[in-house]
Formats: sequence, C-alpha cells, structure tokens
Amino acid sequence: MKKFDKERLLLAVAGPVIALAVAFVLSAIVLLASGKSPFEPFALMFEQLSFSDIQVLIINQASMYYIAALAVAIGFRMNLFNIGVDGQYQLGAMMAAVVGAHVNLPAALQVPLLLLTAVLTGAFWAGIAGVLKVTRGVSEVVATIMLNAIATSVIAYLWLPNVFGVKVGNNNTTGEMYESGWIPGISLGDAGEIYGLVLLAVLLGIGYWIVLNRTRFGFDLRASGASQTAAAASGVDPKRMVLSAMLISGAIAGLAGLPILLGDTHTYSLNFPTGIGFLGIGIALLGRNSPVGIAFAALLWAWLDKASPELDFHGYDKEIAVIMQGLIVLSVVVSYEAVREWGLRRQQRRVGAELAAGHVLGAQNTKEVAGR
Amino acid sequence: MRRISRITVAGAATASLALALSACGGTSTSAGSSDSKGDKGLAIAYDVGGKGDQSFNDAAFAGLEQAKKEFGYQTADVEPTEGETDADKEQRLVSLAKQGYNPVVGVGYAYAAAVKGAAEKFPKTTFGIVDDATINTENVADLVFNEEQASYLAGVAAAKTSKTKVVGFVGGVDIPLIHKFQAGFAQGVKDTDPKVKVLSQYLTQTAEEGGFASPDKGKTAAEGQIEKKADVVYAAAGLSGQGVIEAAAAEKVWAIGVDSDQYQQEALAKYKDSILTSAMKDVAKAVYNLAKSVEDGKPETGIVRGDLKTGEVSLSNSNPKFADDADLQAALKTAKEKIISGEIKVKSS
Repeated sequence: MKKFDKERLLLAVAGPVIALAVAFVLSAIVLLASGKSPFEPFALMFEQLSFSDIQVLIINQASMYYIAALAVAIGFRMNLFNIGVDGQYQLGAMMAAVVGAHVNLPAALQVPLLLLTAVLTGAFWAGIAGVLKVTRGVSEVVATIMLNAIATSVIAYLWLPNVFGVKVGNNNTTGEMYESGWIPGISLGDAGEIYGLVLLAVLLGIGYWIVLNRTRFGFDLRASGASQTAAAASGVDPKRMVLSAMLISGAIAGLAGLPILLGDTHTYSLNFPTGIGFLGIGIALLGRNSPVGIAFAALLWAWLDKASPELDFHGYDKEIAVIMQGLIVLSVVVSYEAVREWGLRRQQRRVGAELAAGHVLGAQNTKEVAGR
Repeated sequence: MRRISRITVAGAATASLALALSACGGTSTSAGSSDSKGDKGLAIAYDVGGKGDQSFNDAAFAGLEQAKKEFGYQTADVEPTEGETDADKEQRLVSLAKQGYNPVVGVGYAYAAAVKGAAEKFPKTTFGIVDDATINTENVADLVFNEEQASYLAGVAAAKTSKTKVVGFVGGVDIPLIHKFQAGFAQGVKDTDPKVKVLSQYLTQTAEEGGFASPDKGKTAAEGQIEKKADVVYAAAGLSGQGVIEAAAAEKVWAIGVDSDQYQQEALAKYKDSILTSAMKDVAKAVYNLAKSVEDGKPETGIVRGDLKTGEVSLSNSNPKFADDADLQAALKTAKEKIISGEIKVKSS
C-alpha cells in the first residue's frame, strides 16, 4: 500500500492525454486540409476561456453534462449500456416542470419534491428497460433506445393544451413554475449566474465515488461488471444488480436537466436542450467512468461547445469543435486500448524481472495496474 | 493511506470547481467594446435546420442579401449548434450586437427568450424576431405572419384541382407554428368542397429529430398519402418538403410548396412542373423592411404582422398551368377578398 501509486496514475492519465493530443493534431490537419490556419482557431478558443461570461456558460453546461455522464458511467461499471439517458432526463425535467407549475409548497419542501419527481421519473423510465432485461432478456440497449423515442411522444402528449401544455407564442411550454421551486444561482454580475444546482452535480460526483468504492453495493456492482459469473458464484444476485443499476442510472439521469430548469428557464419548452444524454456517453468514456475524470471531460466538452461559436466571427467554421469532439471519442477508444496493452506488457516485464531476481511476488505493489 | 489520497483527489476536484466558480477576467462583451462600430448592418441568427433549407431560413437570408446590396454595409449570418440553450442563443445575439451589427434578427420563435435578454443589454440596437409576438420591448420588432391565410388559399387551390377528392398535408414538426398551416389548409379545402378529404401527417414530434431537415421522411409520408389516392399534397416542412415534391413529381400528382416560391428554385427545377403553387411567407421582405426602417432612422417596433393584405403572405403564380386556370383564379380571388375584408375568419389552430 503505497501512498501514491505512480504507475497507476501514469496509466490513468496517459490514455486521455494521448487521445487529446491526437485529436488536436488531427483537427489541425483537418484545418490545414481546408486551407485555413491550423493554430488560430485554438488560440481563439483559448482566449474565450479567459472571459468570465464564457466561464459561467461552460460551468453551467458542464454541470448537466456531468450528471448525464455519471448516469451513463454507473451503467458502464457493470457492463450495462444505458443509451436511454437522453429520454430519461428529458422526461424527468418535463415532469419536474409540470409538478413545479401546479404545486406550490414552501421552498424547503418544493425543491426536494421537484428533485424527487425528476429522480422517480428517470428511475421509472430506465426501470422499464431493467425489468424487460431481467424478466424477458431484452437487451437494455434496444429497450432504452426505443424508450427514448417513446419519451419524445410522451412529452409531446404532455404538451397538449388540454393536458399540461401552455402555449406561449409559437412555443410549447408547461407554464411558468412557482417561484418556490426556483433555485437561486450564484450571481456574478455582468458575467451571468451560475446555476445553484452545479453544487448538486458536485455532490452527486462525491456520492458516486463513495457508493462505488466504499459500499457493499458498489463492490457487487463492480464485481458484476468484471465478471457476472464470478459475482454470481460469490453470492451476488445478478438480476437484482441489473435492475438496481438501471434504476440508479435512471434516477441520476432524471436530474441531468434540472440545473437549467430550476436555475434558468423555469419551464419545459421546445427550447429545452436536447441530446445531453448522448453527449454523456462520450464524456463518461473520456472520463474513464471516474468521477474526477468525468468532471474534466465534462468541462472540456462544455468548453468546446461554448468557445466555438466565436469562430464564426473570424472566418472559421465552428463545426471544427464538433469534429474535435468526434475525434476525441475515436482516439479515446483507440488510445485506452493501446495504453491498457502497454500497461499489461510493462507489468509482465516487471513481474518477469522480479521473478528472475528471485524476489517474492506481492511484497511490492504488483496489483492490477491496467486500469478498469 | 490510500483512502486519504483518494479523498484528497476528490477534494482537489471540488476545490478546482470552487475556484472556477469565482470566475475571473472580464466578460467577452465588455472587453474592447469600443471597437468596431463601423459600417455594420443587418445580422441574422438562424434557427435549427439553418442555411440551405430552400425554405424558411433561406428566405431570411434572401432578405439579408437584398439589404446588403442596397445599403452596401457589412452583414452577418450565424448558424446555431445542436442542443444549445437559451443562454447560448443570447450569447450569439449579444456578440453580434456588440460587434456593431444593427438590426440583429433571430430567425424563429426559439430565439424569443434570447432576443428579450439581448435587447435589455443593448437598448440602442434594434432586434427583430421572426414568428414570435411575445416580446413587448421598445427596441424589438416582432415579425409575425398569418400563415393560415395563405394556407387557406392553398386549400382552395387544392380542393379545386383535386380529381380524386383526396388531398394531403405534410407538416414538418408537430408544433403550434405548423398547426397554423394545417388549420388554414383544412379550412380552405372544406369551405371550397366539403366532400374533399384531407389526410394530415406530421413527420416528427421535435425539430431535433429532423422533421424540417429530412427529405426522405417527407418523401415517405407523401408516398403514403398518394397511395391513399391523394392527388394534391401540401408540405409545410422546410427542407423535408423537397421529398414531398419529389414524390408528387414521381407519381404525377400536384405538390404545393411553402414559404418561398418553390417553382422558381433551382434545386427543385427538375420537379417544377408538378409544383402547382406555393404558400409564400415573405420572411425576406419582413427582414429587409426591418433593415430598411433602421437605415431610415425609424426602426420598426412592436408587432409587425404580415398577412394577405400587406402581401407578405400570398400564393405564388409562377406555374403557368396554375396562373392560367381562370376558374381557379376566380375562386382564389374571391377567397382572398373575403379574408381581407374579414368575411372569412381563418382559424389558426
């Protein structure tokens, strides 16, 4: 038990760093190929980072990416692929908006009620896929994709004027929520306001780490992810694990839209951001399912999103950021695999060397270093 | 020991977030706000679907081109990103206003909240918003249209032209704005010939699913309606309308275009003989008029409504077969007069 495991850290950081470097280089090549300066766009985007209003936008956006990515990561940790985060967070936000517009309790009760509504909605929607998987063996990938499509239809139904919809001009909304459900942001004057629920994202990250690494449930979850048969042999009920993982994943997903809902829009309208659930998949992948890694990945993604529009005003296409995001995901997959194999080889060599030198195995730190 | 280091890591992450919370540096809009007042004019920010939809957004661009040519100033047009928030839209408008563009127009109701916010920050700049009438601020012009009136006329034309007594409506996305097209069309058909049946279909529930941007979806929908004996199909579906027109041309039935005069469009030249007419919504003129009013020093403000009377919504007459049909033209003329005089009230939903 060393205090600081250099080998482990090196391997954990090498993957993302290599991936980012490759993505930057490839994007520069794309820029060169289209006859533009390969450096100026990046300089412009870094410059944006120094503006406080852009920083606020980045942090706000990252909070939603972070929650969505955590939801995806929980599934990943036990080899479940919850593609349905997109539908789950939209439906969760929709229900919270509806409840918030029709129930008016004191803020101390209203806010927990709204959070609970979103959590339960998300969990319910993901739970359908979970139940289908454990009872009928339906792949959760297929089920959650289908549920995404159904979620959009449910939302369209809830938007009908005779259900919960309120038309504002040409926009569909759910009506303005009561103020008791608004969560005040951290005002930074001209720069704008940081959503209050950014703190919720941080708390969820800490909670995610504690549950996965410091509880029996977290251990069972990781064990099931590593080997379902081994976990079953040691007394873990695989069906229960699948169902609870889906429920928790959905519950977190349900919260992903709330920072903007309770902090800014106060209504669920056609303008509500979509696609955060899908972006969460890439972010969880880049962050290697670790709460700290995901935080950096979410901030990186948000930075690419918020800094790129400026490019339009300087003769570049802001789509370069989208290309970069795509390249990052691609290179992440490749580099993680490469780094994992490289780590394995290093480990083997070291073990071989130590055996040759006649050392007793395990006296030094030779536990798995290959990540995951 | 290990526990402590892990917790340290978690703590460091929290701390770095907290650090970021105390956002440092000036805002992007305050930095160097003195520069670039210069000769900058109209700027438009597109809606989802963006430039090249041969329809709504391109109409706004046509208005921009005209203003650019006439007033000889610098213009800008900017596209949105997918899944963006109101805050991003506002940032875009603020950025345009800060660079000195005036007026700044948000194309599409999705910009409502953004225009409102940006207009407060830049009270000296004139803002415009297309398809929304909810903002009531001194420096904002709400450019709205009575689309249902042109759609009513399209309905009259469809009912008069149909031989099978079945006509079709293809809407891009199931939203209130497109319901106006459907309502007007259905009413026009019914008032002309109650026996004619209207088949209606929406391509998607949300714009993100591509209802305004998927010619393939439009084609499939139109083929389905044609199979059910529809011989006139009306598309209010942005770029998806191309697929509807293509299907109509392939099956030798009539199509009715939308927003721009689609008979005249190069991209659709192959199918133009099947395009009976188009229910035009002159976004170009509305955008140009706003730019002109700013140039003249008397910026438009409040609700600026385009209808049959002002000519900003109308039925195009460029297909000779349509223009030369005296009986049809007479019916359209009567209907138009009745709508303008208020004798016919066209429903909008």
